[in-house]
Amino acid sequence: MPPDEDTIAVLEARAQDVRRDIVQMLAKAKSGHPGGSLSCADIVVALYFHVMRHDPHRPDWPDRDRFLMSKGHCAPTWYSVLARAGYFPMKWLDDLRKLNSPLQGHPDFLKTPGVEMSSGSLGQGLSIANGMALAARLDGRSYRVYVLLGDGEIQEGQVWEAAMTSAHHKLDNLCAIIDNNGLQIDGRTDEVKSLGSIPAKWESFDWNVIEVDGHSMAALLTAFEAARAVKHRPTVIVARTVKGKGVSFMEHVVDYHGVAPTEQECARALAEMS
Amino acid sequence: MNMGEIRIMPKRGEKIATRDAYGDALVRLGERNPNIVVLDADLAKSTKTIKFKKKFPERFFDLGIAEADMMGTAAGLAAAGKVAFASTFAIFATGRAWEQIRNSICYTNLHVTVAASHAGIAVGPDGSSHQSIEDIALMRVIPNMKVVVPADAVETDKAVAALVETPGPAYLRLGRSGVPVIYEEDYEFALGKASVLRDGSDLTIIAIGAMVHAALSAAQALLQEGISARVVNMSTVKPLDRDAILSAVSETGAIVAAEEHSVIGGLGSAVSEVVCELAPAPVIRVGVRDRFGQSGEPGELMAAYGLTASDIVEAAREAVTKKATAK
Ligand SMILES: Cc1ncc(C[n+]2csc(CCOP(=O)(O)OP(=O)(O)O)c2C)c(N)n1
Ligand SMILES: [Mg+2]
Repeated sequence: MPPDEDTIAVLEARAQDVRRDIVQMLAKAKSGHPGGSLSCADIVVALYFHVMRHDPHRPDWPDRDRFLMSKGHCAPTWYSVLARAGYFPMKWLDDLRKLNSPLQGHPDFLKTPGVEMSSGSLGQGLSIANGMALAARLDGRSYRVYVLLGDGEIQEGQVWEAAMTSAHHKLDNLCAIIDNNGLQIDGRTDEVKSLGSIPAKWESFDWNVIEVDGHSMAALLTAFEAARAVKHRPTVIVARTVKGKGVSFMEHVVDYHGVAPTEQECARALAEMS
Repeated sequence: MNMGEIRIMPKRGEKIATRDAYGDALVRLGERNPNIVVLDADLAKSTKTIKFKKKFPERFFDLGIAEADMMGTAAGLAAAGKVAFASTFAIFATGRAWEQIRNSICYTNLHVTVAASHAGIAVGPDGSSHQSIEDIALMRVIPNMKVVVPADAVETDKAVAALVETPGPAYLRLGRSGVPVIYEEDYEFALGKASVLRDGSDLTIIAIGAMVHAALSAAQALLQEGISARVVNMSTVKPLDRDAILSAVSETGAIVAAEEHSVIGGLGSAVSEVVCELAPAPVIRVGVRDRFGQSGEPGELMAAYGLTASDIVEAAREAVTKKATAK
């Protein structure tokens, strides 16, 4: 069933709120990663506010769906979504990256409710997601595992080790999403180390591949629905995105990967997004 | 070879590799605890996890030749409530996948035991690429990590049981070659507690793994020279039993630390750290002297690299002399 327009509108507004949070959090923290955080906001919002079965009051509910941020530098997106979903107070966002804050620069699952796994070192999330998906099968539980990877991140060899594992075990309770924004730190992915055809690579690893516009809420919801219906294969959603999405002067600009907005830039960005 | 067969009662003096005892322990404990899962990276026949695989195929995962992926998968299983054992050779576990162990298993404080076989130089003819003499150093430095080096089959069995019951990450160091059984069945193993195998007054030999048996022989030989050596098995290298070290210093005044590992970063270093900070006294390290191994038979290699009972005897004489001149 295609998602109705009201649902889409609500989710789009949420994603815009999250983008505003990201810019404000990073400006306050004076460091962090705006580009990739903004590019994945729609994806993470779609998951937490529509797709996933979860309960903010029971972060350790055994049957909850799991989300893992394998590209851990985009923690701000996750934190904003978790706060808005009710896992912890919104005011925690003010202390991102501060000493003794529960919101670490990269996700720490021992410190933050709702954070399913620590990350920050790229390339490790898919293996962990596989472990969780295997555990679900062993325990006869129906939860699904979602893991978000960067496109630059898939240059890591461990990702492909893990991709073989998911396919070997036919983990249809697992869904990977690639934030395909075309940029990493040192430049465009095709300048640094070409990824070739991302869909073809995953197809050749026996994955079900879905390509979507990663900023179309309707397309994302349809893709997640389709992924759920696929049996005996893991699904990867290759989401075409814009790094820095939503902030005109950050969009497609490689230097905003890991540079926080100044106060003036923050004000400008918020004005644009109001 | 007795692949897949369960050994029940190791007898004293009998030579059994600790990896064999590990495989047996997994089966024994797996029967009682359905939460135990075991992972391997295409070395199940060598690490002996094959015994568990045969018995509980649905709880065994072969990740193929992908050690980093294995550590991550183990972390995911543990995060979902499983008690995970991940096995491969020590060099690949702690070298290739160090950062995965650090970030995915230890930083997250998950219940994963990295149980690595073929540690040390007695791996033999495969040569240096397969001889891990750095693993204790690499594992010991990571916060939350426990490091356990059993001395024989009995202790291995009990250590595995203790690690199933103790949440959090651990490194279990296992050997390829048979080592004599030194403990009786009723031995009470406790994580973090050293075991005194023999008392003495002139010095203390603190040993781990295969060197524990060598230390006992050395103590016997030293007696002929009128030197009375205490022998301590420090099977938990981390958290280290400081009290055992401090009483060794106060009651015997000199220490020899013996390990089948580099003298850099392993047991000798750990003991020295405690002694230097809390109770300075002579410590002589027996171990591999900052060089790579090579091919050879296990016994030949142990001799060529200074890892025999007579090397311990020599170190003991030196320690006792140092103690006397320091006075
Ligand atoms: C193992 C590892 N190597 C290097 C880094 C440093 N690093 C952080 S983000 C990043 C680029 C990531 O690019 P991509 O995966 O495309 O993420 P996005 O564009 O979504 O920000 C790098 C190299 C890291 N965190 N982990
Ligand atoms: Mg990118």
